[in-house]
Amino acid sequence: MQYYLQHLSAVFPSLLQGAVLTVEVTALSVFFGTIIGLFVGMGRLAKNKLAKTICAVYVDVIRGTPLLVQVFIIYFGVPNLVLQVTGNRFPIDPFIAAVLACSINSGAYVAEIFRAGIQSIERGQMEAARSLGMTNAQAMRYVILPQAFRRVVPPLGNEFIALMKDTSLLSAIGLEELVRKGQLYTATTFASFPVYTGVAIIYLIMTMTVSRWVAYTERRLSAGDHS
Amino acid sequence: MGKKAFKAVALVLALSFVLALAGCGNNTANTEQNTAAEQGEGGQAAAEKKVYLVGTEPSFPPFEFTDEKTQEITGFDIDLIKEIAKEAGIEVQIQSLGFDGLVPALQAGNIDIIMSGMTINPERAKEVDFGTPYFDAGLKIAVAADNDSIKSVEDLKGKTVAVQIGTTGAEKAKELKEQGIIKEIKTYNTVDVVFMELISGKVDAVINDLPVNEAYMAKNPGKVKMVGEVLNGEQYGFAVAKGNKELLEKLNAGLKKVKENGKFDELKVKYFGS
Repeated sequence: MQYYLQHLSAVFPSLLQGAVLTVEVTALSVFFGTIIGLFVGMGRLAKNKLAKTICAVYVDVIRGTPLLVQVFIIYFGVPNLVLQVTGNRFPIDPFIAAVLACSINSGAYVAEIFRAGIQSIERGQMEAARSLGMTNAQAMRYVILPQAFRRVVPPLGNEFIALMKDTSLLSAIGLEELVRKGQLYTATTFASFPVYTGVAIIYLIMTMTVSRWVAYTERRLSAGDHS
Repeated sequence: MGKKAFKAVALVLALSFVLALAGCGNNTANTEQNTAAEQGEGGQAAAEKKVYLVGTEPSFPPFEFTDEKTQEITGFDIDLIKEIAKEAGIEVQIQSLGFDGLVPALQAGNIDIIMSGMTINPERAKEVDFGTPYFDAGLKIAVAADNDSIKSVEDLKGKTVAVQIGTTGAEKAKELKEQGIIKEIKTYNTVDVVFMELISGKVDAVINDLPVNEAYMAKNPGKVKMVGEVLNGEQYGFAVAKGNKELLEKLNAGLKKVKENGKFDELKVKYFGS
């Protein structure tokens, strides 16, 4: 127990630093991922064939390949490709590579969440809006999306939590997020059990916070339903 | 809305890329400076600001590790490259990476120098340019302290061995397996896990760099011991991208000076006690 607490308290400050980076990467990626996902999700329902195909391919490719591989492609692959093709060096910062990869990854999942959300709104809503003289875009913006958004909050919360845990993969490119901080401490002290339980506890606290916040948002959004 | 949606998607993708770049400007000030210096061709002011990024895998004490108190990467290699840089008149910044990612990162241009207890071998020399060797190391077998059945390489017959991915210990193990000596190799990302598996009895032995084994034994007395001869006489070297002669010459000259002025021996005493 002495051993356990001693290492846990020693590693804690550095784990917190890592947690801050984890939150930063997750928050930025969720933000960009949601924007990408919203438009790609609508793109998949668009009438334009080209837009539809591009969005479908994006979703298939990103969901069909592991995040770790995507991170490697962006961090190692793209600079290497640029170097081969143009002869110029194109160094990329691990943090930027991380946010980029996670945003692109999250975007594909969020796109499907939004597509399902939009499709779950009854056809009659669109027809009614159109019959009031709204254009397709107006109907989407003022009638469909607000209703769809309420329905996509729970799955979006899932995606948020999943992404937060998936950022642990970024330790592979040396980004000193939560898991990597733990690895670096165990590398010198070999105290893996206290360190990784510490890491797990911090992840748990962060994901519980997110899920509480999602539940709260859900309650607030549904409050207006029956009034 | 078809066309509009398509345009919007393209715009958002582009915008998010730009924002991602701008959004983390503070974290990456040095790297961006670095990039700017490289892109701003010939500008003298830009050239002066050039900071070389040194890639290292800081889970390899006492060569490179994270100081528990300051949270900074330190160790024999790190102090040495800083001394070399001082003598060579360049600025360096340490960048933490996975060991198996070091060579790809150098090739991709994400880092400029590898300084990470890296053994010079022909396979790596095909991909990167090594500087003058700066450290003599070798591989040695480690077993659990109470293991009396393994005393040499020959005793590894039919045994399971753990190694760290991408290391020369891993290559040696592969070689021994091909010779029919080792039965199974288990590969792990970091060296601490390798020892964890040994202590918990999941593997019979570990093949690793001698100084790393020593460092582990110093931290965890009575758990493991080394057996047999040193497997190969190996040398560590720093590396730069293939063809980067200018930087390599600067670093080699710097290393020479550090050895001459006694700093090298000081560091050896500091980290290895001899």
